[in-house]
Amino acid sequence: MAISFELTDNSRCARDFYRKMAVEQMRPIARRYDVEEHALPTEWVDYYWEHGRKGPPTDFSTPADGMVQVCIQVEELCWGDAALYLRMPTASLGGAAVGSAGTFKGDGPPIWGAMAITEPGAGSDTAAIQTTADFDGDEWVLNGTKIFCTNGEGASQFEGGFVVVWATVDKSAGRGGIKSFVVPAKTPGMKLVGLEKKLGIRASDTATLLFENCRVPADHLLGSAKVRKKDPSKTGDKGFKGAMATFDASRPIVAAMAIGIGRASLDLCRDELEKQGIRIRYDAPRCDLTVIERDFIDMEAELQAARLLTWRAAWMMNHGKPNNLEASMSKAKAGLAVTKITQKVVELLGPIGYSQKLLAEKWMRDAKVNDIYEGTQQINQLIVARRVLDYSSSMLR
Amino acid sequence: MIEFEPTEEQQLIVDTVRQFAANEIRPQAHDAAESRKLPENVLAQAHELGLVALGLDEAHGGGGDRSAVTGVLIAEELAYGDLAIALAILSPSLTGLPVTEFGTDPQKAEILPALVGPSFCAGSLALIEPDFRFDPFRPTTRAALDGGDYTLRGHKCFVPWLDSGDHVLVIAMEDDDPQAFLVPRNTKGLAATPERNLGLDALPTVEIELDDVRVPASARLGGDAGCDVHSIIDRGRIALAATAVGVSRAAFEIARDYAKEREAFGAPIATKQAIAFKIADMAIEIDAARLLVWEAAWLLDSGAKATREAVLASRQAAQVALVVTDGAVQVLGGYGYIRDYLPEMLHRNACGYTNFETLTLI
Ligand SMILES: Cc1cc2nc3c(=O)[nH]c(=O)nc-3n(C[C@H](O)[C@H](O)[C@H](O)COP(=O)(O)OP(=O)(O)OC[C@H]3O[C@@H](n4cnc5c(N)ncnc54)[C@H](O)[C@@H]3O)c2cc1C
Repeated sequence: MAISFELTDNSRCARDFYRKMAVEQMRPIARRYDVEEHALPTEWVDYYWEHGRKGPPTDFSTPADGMVQVCIQVEELCWGDAALYLRMPTASLGGAAVGSAGTFKGDGPPIWGAMAITEPGAGSDTAAIQTTADFDGDEWVLNGTKIFCTNGEGASQFEGGFVVVWATVDKSAGRGGIKSFVVPAKTPGMKLVGLEKKLGIRASDTATLLFENCRVPADHLLGSAKVRKKDPSKTGDKGFKGAMATFDASRPIVAAMAIGIGRASLDLCRDELEKQGIRIRYDAPRCDLTVIERDFIDMEAELQAARLLTWRAAWMMNHGKPNNLEASMSKAKAGLAVTKITQKVVELLGPIGYSQKLLAEKWMRDAKVNDIYEGTQQINQLIVARRVLDYSSSMLR
Repeated sequence: MIEFEPTEEQQLIVDTVRQFAANEIRPQAHDAAESRKLPENVLAQAHELGLVALGLDEAHGGGGDRSAVTGVLIAEELAYGDLAIALAILSPSLTGLPVTEFGTDPQKAEILPALVGPSFCAGSLALIEPDFRFDPFRPTTRAALDGGDYTLRGHKCFVPWLDSGDHVLVIAMEDDDPQAFLVPRNTKGLAATPERNLGLDALPTVEIELDDVRVPASARLGGDAGCDVHSIIDRGRIALAATAVGVSRAAFEIARDYAKEREAFGAPIATKQAIAFKIADMAIEIDAARLLVWEAAWLLDSGAKATREAVLASRQAAQVALVVTDGAVQVLGGYGYIRDYLPEMLHRNACGYTNFETLTLI
C-alpha cells in the first residue's frame, strides 16, 4: 500500500454520473421544494427510482474505492441538493441499521427506510429512550413517541416503507435493554402525527410517529433478544452495540453530505466573485491578500480537511478497521466547518447572499443540521475525547 | 485508489525516526533551548541515520528517494521530537535538495559530497527578508550580471547558520524572475549577524546583508537553465507544514497525559468537558492537517504543480499549531507558563509558522 489520493476510474465515473444528476435533476427544483415545504418532489422521486438508482456504470474488473466512492457520490448529490438527497426512495439510515445489526432480510429492495431513535425527552442520550417493546404471544408490541424522524412520512405511509424503531425491552437494564425493530409501513398502531417545519432541508420530511400497541412479528427484532445487564458495550451483544455501529458507518456519510453543501456554497461564492473580476490568488504574499481571499482560502482548507477526514473514516471501513474515533472526527469536523463556511459565504456575498435569488441562504440553512443530527457536535467531541483519553462513557459524560 | 497507509518501507522509516525523536531528541529539547545550543551528538546520530542523504542525488552518494510523501513523514516525526533540533538535522537539505533537483553536474559535485560525508555538514537557505511586505515569489534582493559575475544586493533574515556549513543558497530576483545562487559563506560583502527570535532558541539563525556580493556565473543554481523557485517554495511550504503537525502532536500528547493526571475538584481535569473537548478538537485538527499535508506531498510526487495545495496545507497547519500549542499551555494552567515545562516553548516555536514561509526540508 502507499498513500494515495488518486481516485479510481470507477470513482471518477460515479462522481461525474451523480454530478450530472445533481445539475440536471436536483438544482432546477431545489428552490421550489424548499418553498413548498411538505410537498413530495414527485419528479425527483420518480426519476431516481426509474433511472437514478441504477447508479453509474461500474467496471468490476478494475479497482474501486468502496466506501470512499460512496462518500464521493453523496457529496455530489448534496452539492445538488441535500434535502432532495434525503428525500430519495432508499433504505437510507434504516438500511444502515439493518445492514449493521444484521439479520433482517426483506423481500426485494426496501424503499423509504427511516430510523426512529429520538423522542421528545431523549435525543443525544439515546440510552434514555422510553419507547417500550413487550413480547406478547409471538409478537413485539411497541408503545411510545418518536420525533424528528427523517423520511418518516414515506417510511410509515408508503408501499415498501419501513421504520427501524429503537425501544427498550427492559428499562431496568439501561442500554442493554435497547433493541431495534423493523416496523413495515402501515402497520396498525403506527401513526404519522405530524411533520416538522424546519430551518432548512425543507424537502426532507421530518416526522413525528406515534406507536400505540403496534405489533410486529418476533423476527422483526434486529439482532438478539437477549438482555445483557452488565456493560453491554463490552459483550458481543448486537443490540445497542449493533445500533451504535450504524453510526460508525453513517457519520462519514453525513459528513460527506455536509461537504457537498459546503462545496456548493464555495463554488457559488467563487463564481460570483469571478463575475466581479475577483480571482483568488494563491501565490500572493500574505500581506497583499484581501480579506475575501483570506477567508476563501481558509474555507477551502477547512472543507478539504473535513473531506480528507471523511475519506479516511470511509477507507477504514473498506479495510475492516474499527473507525469509531475517525467517524466521529469526520462528522464533528465537517458539521462545524460547513456550518461556518455556508454562513461566511452569505456574509461575503453581501445583500445577494441574503437574498433568495441565490441558493447561498438556503445552503446556510441546510448545512446547520449536519452539526445536530447523527450526534451533535458535542456528542461527537465526547466520543473523540473518550477515545483519545481512553475513558469510558461513565468517566466522561 | 484512495489509500491512507504508507508503504512498508516508509512505515519502517517512520518507526525508526519516531523512536529517535522520542528517545534522543525530546530529552534534549528543553536544555537545548535554554542553553541556545544544539546537541551535537544528536546531530551526529541523526546524520548516521541518513535521513537527509536519503533524498539527495544518487550519483553523489545520496539515496535518490525524492518522494515528498516520505519527506513529510520524516519531517513530522523529527519535529515531534523538537522543532529547532529537527530543523538543524534537516538543514543540509536546504542546499542539498535544490542542488539535487536543479543543480548542474559541477554544482552537485561541489555541494553534495560534503553533505553525505562522514560527519554532519549543515546547509542554509536565505529566502525571507525582514519586511512585512515580503513576497517569497518576488524578493527584493537582486542579482545582476556584471562582467562574467553576478552581484547580489539585499537583506535576508531567518537564515539557518549552523557552525558546520559552508554554503548558503540565496534567493534573489534576476530581472523579473526569482533565481537561486550558491554563495560561500565567507564571500566578501556578506555580513551575518546572529538573531534572537520568539522561539527556536536552539537553532542558530542570522540576518545577512549582501552588499555587492560577487559570485561567478557558475554559482547560479542550474546554470543557464536556472531553477524553478516556485516549486522550491511550494515544496518547502509542505515540508514546514509537516513539521507543524509534528509540533502540534507533541503539544497534544503532553496536554492529554497531563490532563489525565492532574486533579482538580476531586477528579482528573480530563473528566471535565471544557478540557476533554479541547483535547478532542486538538486530535481532530492535527489529523486533518496531516492529511492535507499528505495530499499536497502526494500531488508533488505525482508531478503536478501544488501551489494551491501547499498554501492550503501550510496555512491550515500553521493555524492548527498555534491553537493546539496554545491549548496545551492552557491545559497545564500555571505550569504551562513555566519554562521547566515544554508547552510554552512549543507555543513559541509554533508561532513562527505564520512567518517562516518556506524551508526546503524535504
Ligand atoms: C432535521 C432533523 C432530522 C433528524 N432525523 C432524525 C432521524 O432520522 N432519526 C432520529 O432518531 N433522530 C433524528 N434527529 C434527531 C437528532 O438526532 C437529535 O436532535 C440530536 O441527536 C440531538 O438530540 P436533542 O435534539 O434531543 O438534543 P439534546 O440531546 O437535548 O441536546 C441539546 C444540546 O445539549 C448538548 N448535549 C447533550 N448531551 C451532552 C453531553 N453529554 N455533553 C455536552 N453537551 C451535550 C447537545 O450537543 C445540544 O447542543 C433529527 C433531527 C433533526 C433536526
